[in-house]
Amino acid sequence: MRILIVDDFSTMRRIVKNLLKDLGFTNTVEADDGKTALPILEKGGIDFLITDWNMPGMTGIDLLKAVRSTPNLANLPVLMVTAEAKREQIIMAAQAGVNGYVIKPFTAATLKEKIEKIFERIDG
Amino acid sequence: MNNDLLSLARELVAALEKGDEAVADEILDQVAGVRETQLFKEVGRLTRQLHDTMVSFSVDSKITAMAEHDIPDAKERLHYVIAMTEQAANQTLTAVEDLLPVSDELSTQVNQLAGQWNRFLDREMPFDEFKAMSADLSQYFNQSRQAMDKIQAGLNDILMAQGFQDITGQIIRRVIDLVQDLEISMVNLIKISSRKVSANAQTPAAHHELPGPVVPGVDDREGDVATSQVDVDDLLSSLGF
Repeated sequence: MRILIVDDFSTMRRIVKNLLKDLGFTNTVEADDGKTALPILEKGGIDFLITDWNMPGMTGIDLLKAVRSTPNLANLPVLMVTAEAKREQIIMAAQAGVNGYVIKPFTAATLKEKIEKIFERIDG
Repeated sequence: MNNDLLSLARELVAALEKGDEAVADEILDQVAGVRETQLFKEVGRLTRQLHDTMVSFSVDSKITAMAEHDIPDAKERLHYVIAMTEQAANQTLTAVEDLLPVSDELSTQVNQLAGQWNRFLDREMPFDEFKAMSADLSQYFNQSRQAMDKIQAGLNDILMAQGFQDITGQIIRRVIDLVQDLEISMVNLIKISSRKVSANAQTPAAHHELPGPVVPGVDDREGDVATSQVDVDDLLSSLGF
């Protein structure tokens, strides 16, 4: 299980990376916006994407749309972890095909729950 | 223009010398026409300048809006930054204060046991004492397991507390943008008041199109934001998630 973490704040990437390690996922890759994330995804080998929304260069929602419109990435599970909390934004992300949505600030338990829920649905 | 006027003047003099009043009147009308055109042009120019000034002034009337709305909002946002950083610092300090005695006790116990263990290795320990040490060791294993769980939880608390940097960073960036907007508007206002209106005034700094972190009491007034993860989950489940 190889997980790509995309956030423009390195502190947040470290937090997510450490939480994942605690959950047993030690194989992680990092990118600081959609523009740098997309080539990593296109290269292949990423099984799960965790992305922020508001980033310079390319936002998380655009990254999500790009992923869904790329044939060999279309089914990649995507969890959005963001401070964006407008109802219309959450609906927009849902319509764009996000698999989970966590708003910052979040707890370790919330992140764990959402990740497990996504995996359950994929396995089931 | 001057040549036109000069030739008209010559014709006027010639007509007057000839006593041809009809022609002289016609020429005088033409001269007046030239003056009127210039006057209209000048009035036109002044009107345009006035218009531009009024437009620029209404653009900068957004300073009023900033003073009434954005600045108090910015203050709320910065207060929220203080509250968040304070909370993160307290969360971290609490975890450290809770964990230090735990690690202290583990360290004391392990030193004591190490001393006993060395006596055992050096075959200096009577059997009764060895039995007591065995019991101590079992107890130590249990205690250290519990202590390690506590340390793990505390370290996780410290880790999660660092999330403030992302949120407050986003909020402060927005306040910086507001200050920059305000600065540009002030400069424009000064330009207008010193009658040096530039046709294309500087455009304000690019606004974040995204709403960003929800600051309680500022961004949740309209009721169109999710204020908790429960809100998000409810909304998503209403969408069939």
